[in-house]
Amino acid sequence: MTSMFLFGATEGGLFDFDATLPLMAVQVVLLTFILNALFFKPVGKVVEEREGFISTTRADAKKKLAEVERLESSLRDQLKEARQAAQHVISEAEQDSDKLYREALALATTEANASREAARREIDSQKESALNQIKSDASTLGDLIVERLLAAQ
Amino acid sequence: MGSLPFFLPFAELEVGQHLYWQLGNLRIHGQVFMTSWIVIGALLVFVIAGTKKMERDPRGLQNLLEFLWDYIRDLARTQIGEKVYRDWMPFIGTLFLFIFVSNWGGALVPWRLIHLPSGELGAPTADINTTVALALLVSLSYFYAGLSNKGLRYFEYYVHPTPIMLPFKIVEDFTKPLSLSFRLFGNILADELVVAVLVFLVPLVLPVPVMFLGLFTSAIQALIFATLAAYYIGEAVEEHH
Repeated sequence: MTSMFLFGATEGGLFDFDATLPLMAVQVVLLTFILNALFFKPVGKVVEEREGFISTTRADAKKKLAEVERLESSLRDQLKEARQAAQHVISEAEQDSDKLYREALALATTEANASREAARREIDSQKESALNQIKSDASTLGDLIVERLLAAQ
Repeated sequence: MGSLPFFLPFAELEVGQHLYWQLGNLRIHGQVFMTSWIVIGALLVFVIAGTKKMERDPRGLQNLLEFLWDYIRDLARTQIGEKVYRDWMPFIGTLFLFIFVSNWGGALVPWRLIHLPSGELGAPTADINTTVALALLVSLSYFYAGLSNKGLRYFEYYVHPTPIMLPFKIVEDFTKPLSLSFRLFGNILADELVVAVLVFLVPLVLPVPVMFLGLFTSAIQALIFATLAAYYIGEAVEEHH
């Protein structure tokens, strides 16, 4: 009985072709158009829009990154220059202060020498005048002594 | 099978019986159309629900739909080629989705609980009419794809490396739909029969692994059908140099 259903029976059977075939084909073609309109087109649009968005954002980000790298390197250069300038200023200031110190020192030394010299000269002249005074006093005394001695005789 | 000595009400097995509907003087298999409408309805509900509110950051069903879309696009693109895959993606995708949902519907939904006067509900792809219809659509598609893309140069394909190939290529035009339709039909029907026979013999536990195998086969068959359809179209539009 089963074999009759399987092969060659007029009614039914596994290989029973009839109008199901073309109608099913039409149905599938219709389904293709419906799914195209409801599924493939809208989803494709969304996915492709997103892909576009991602790629433009990516390109944007890349551009920004390049910009940032450029700015960073330029800033680094500027920083280096500023540091060098600061170093320069510091060394200049050090030299300046050193020079000023030396100048001040030299001036002070010469002044000190000058005043010492003056003091010495003063001392010398006073010593001389004192000596002269002593000499004259001594001669006056000597004369006085001689007078007294002569007077006593 | 009903004539076997013992009878289990939930494990009847009917092969090759159909519920005939009469349309004018045409006869069609009612059970195939009923399940195919359920399959198509399920697909449409799924698709409409998933695309109702599409956003740039996908959520919920949209994720699944986009995954499917991506999967189908990759399938179409690798087989058909970058140039024309867009034209054929809906067709390949529809074949894949229709066959996949039919097969899984046939394997997962306990159709047998619904009694019909004759025949029984099952996967639409377990009926030779459906699979031949799909296979013939594929044949028409690749002819159309070849002719519309390359005009009459399409027929260079038949003598492509050497004219000796001509008879083989002509035979191929017949074997392609034949193998496509019978592969799908055979696999799905065999799966249904194996499960039915096992349920008939050992109603508990034993059919379960075979059912899982059936799910696997069903998915693979849908993929094979869609991939081969895409490959045939790709072969037809390929430029020979």
